[in-house]
Amino acid sequence: MRKLLFEGLIRHPLTERPPSPGAAAADELAATLGNAARRRLGRSLSIRVVDAGSCNGCELEMHALNNAFYDIERFGIRFVASPRHADVLLVTGPVTKNMREALERTYQATPDPKWIVAIGDCALDGGCFAGSYAVIGGVSAVVPVDLHIPGCPPPPAEILRGLLALLEQVSVQPHAR
Amino acid sequence: MSALTTLISEGSLVADHARWPRAIVDAKAWGRAGAALAQNRLTLLALWGEADIVHMALLEAESAEVGVISLECPKGGFPSVSRHHPPALRLERTIHDLFGLKPRGPLDDRPWLDHGHWDKRYPLRDRPAAPSAPSPYAFLPSDGESLHQIAVGPVHAGIIEPGHFRFTANGEAVVRLEERLGYAHKGIESLMAGAELDRAAQLAGRVSGDSTVAYQFAFARAAEATLGASAPPRAAWLRGLMAELERLANHLGDIGAICNDASFSLLHAHCGVLREQVLRAADFAFGHRLMRDRIVPGGVAADLSAEGITAIRAVTAEIGRKFPELVEVYDNTASLQDRTVSTGVLKPELAMQFGAGGYVGRASGRNFDVRRALPYAPYDCLSFEVPVLSEGDVNARVWIRIREVEQSISLVEQILARLPGGPVRAEVASGAVRREGMALVEGFRGDVLVWVRVGAKEKVERCHLRDPSWFQWPLLEAAVEGNIVADFPLCNKSFNCSYSGHDL
Repeated sequence: MRKLLFEGLIRHPLTERPPSPGAAAADELAATLGNAARRRLGRSLSIRVVDAGSCNGCELEMHALNNAFYDIERFGIRFVASPRHADVLLVTGPVTKNMREALERTYQATPDPKWIVAIGDCALDGGCFAGSYAVIGGVSAVVPVDLHIPGCPPPPAEILRGLLALLEQVSVQPHAR
Repeated sequence: MSALTTLISEGSLVADHARWPRAIVDAKAWGRAGAALAQNRLTLLALWGEADIVHMALLEAESAEVGVISLECPKGGFPSVSRHHPPALRLERTIHDLFGLKPRGPLDDRPWLDHGHWDKRYPLRDRPAAPSAPSPYAFLPSDGESLHQIAVGPVHAGIIEPGHFRFTANGEAVVRLEERLGYAHKGIESLMAGAELDRAAQLAGRVSGDSTVAYQFAFARAAEATLGASAPPRAAWLRGLMAELERLANHLGDIGAICNDASFSLLHAHCGVLREQVLRAADFAFGHRLMRDRIVPGGVAADLSAEGITAIRAVTAEIGRKFPELVEVYDNTASLQDRTVSTGVLKPELAMQFGAGGYVGRASGRNFDVRRALPYAPYDCLSFEVPVLSEGDVNARVWIRIREVEQSISLVEQILARLPGGPVRAEVASGAVRREGMALVEGFRGDVLVWVRVGAKEKVERCHLRDPSWFQWPLLEAAVEGNIVADFPLCNKSFNCSYSGHDL
């Protein structure tokens, strides 16, 4: 183990340059973020993930954001264990009927100001599961969505791009806009 | 004659059921199958329903024979299998939830996937019933002094799928764990009905995201068996390559995550780097990090270029260099071993009874791997070992994964060295009407079973997809008993059952 730790001291970090925040995402967000919110949050975002019935593909890629290549915490973004600590709910899945109440209650348990980011194609409109008796179809059918990151699943760099756009928007000084 | 052959030969054989026989039997034979299961002479592979019939896929381990028996249920019921053989319990509850077919004399008649939120009851029936009002779910009671309950989920603290765990504990010791699943139920089997093959393959790849290759592999093989087609040799080898890359990525992720749940983040970080490198190589070689939608009925959707081969070789070489050192750290860190050794023990008898697949079964002495027991291309031409241990603790489940990482690296190298040339996709259309097929594929978690009936115009009439988790989730309840609450995440991660694959 000592060797492993020493190597870590001399080796270059694996962490990569961040992607530029997506322009489309920035436009989408500009409309939804208030000045007061920006002042309050500064440059940090606490994220609570809610899997509302996904296949688990999106979760795998969110996990990847914590690995050494993406190292999401360097941007002040972290995943938290309770909606009470969260600024952002990241919601995946087509929202199954069996998860509707849990999603609503998680939303209500998250203090204001809060944003909802829907991740993946099925979080937009149910994707390939739309039309099933067990699926509501899209996160926005249950809670208001501020940003949608498409993909099946979106690669970690795309999720990061969307979250950085969110962060940029909330951290802009009020007078700068 | 073997028990399974006898069962099948006494029933009336169904024509055009591909790869293994299917026979329609009477209630007596159905009952005898239940008794054979209870005596461990047969292993339950799957139990599923249709509008007026129930099917049971069976394995006779010694002779490696597989068969399906079916029982018609004109009166809307069938003799309960779970009454003699508990592994069938949740499958029967599901058959009732989806089709309204009632098992007679079950141990448990509570609903399973139906939480009372759908707009109809028995949704897979031809004529579903009106919805019932949601009623509170009655958890199993625990009697004793100083017991308290801990309710967890469906929204969990980590980045995890949804499910509910109800612990009854005495102080720190877990007296009973009861799972309640079904939150991720998307009605995939209803969407399958009437779907064209391409759409059905797409749905199969979205049953469980971490096993997208295994599911599409199994679906493609079932569909090909049904239509009398087969994938060209190069496609079969590329499928094997993708399946091994998927296994590598998941095992590396799991080994790290188990260590992380024992608060040893160093290995989590290093395993996470190796996992990411596998996913990037997969993305470069096949155009998708999880290799989703790359396996299709008839072959594969993307060929592998010389550059792709180089990228995959580079990543297996990197794992070959780095992984042994990580294993050494795992093996020689007392604080970590203290958490994993003798924690969450699954007894071999239970693993055998439930026919537990994957590392859960193999860490508890069940020597079964579809790649070895019921070989399919390309594994019939490859050499590999199936690691088996008997301790059944978290540590054993880690070691099975470690050994399988080594085996997968060897398999990837063998495939790349001997990859045949030629086309990667063949025509599957047959014009045949109404044929059935079944396939079993070894995913990283265990054996994935797909059964499909294809009707006119190559449209799916009925497709059943059985995740290995069906026979692993109940065993987690048993393995956790007597452990401390704080060790639950460790036990749970070492099982790593699929929620979405189970809930479907």
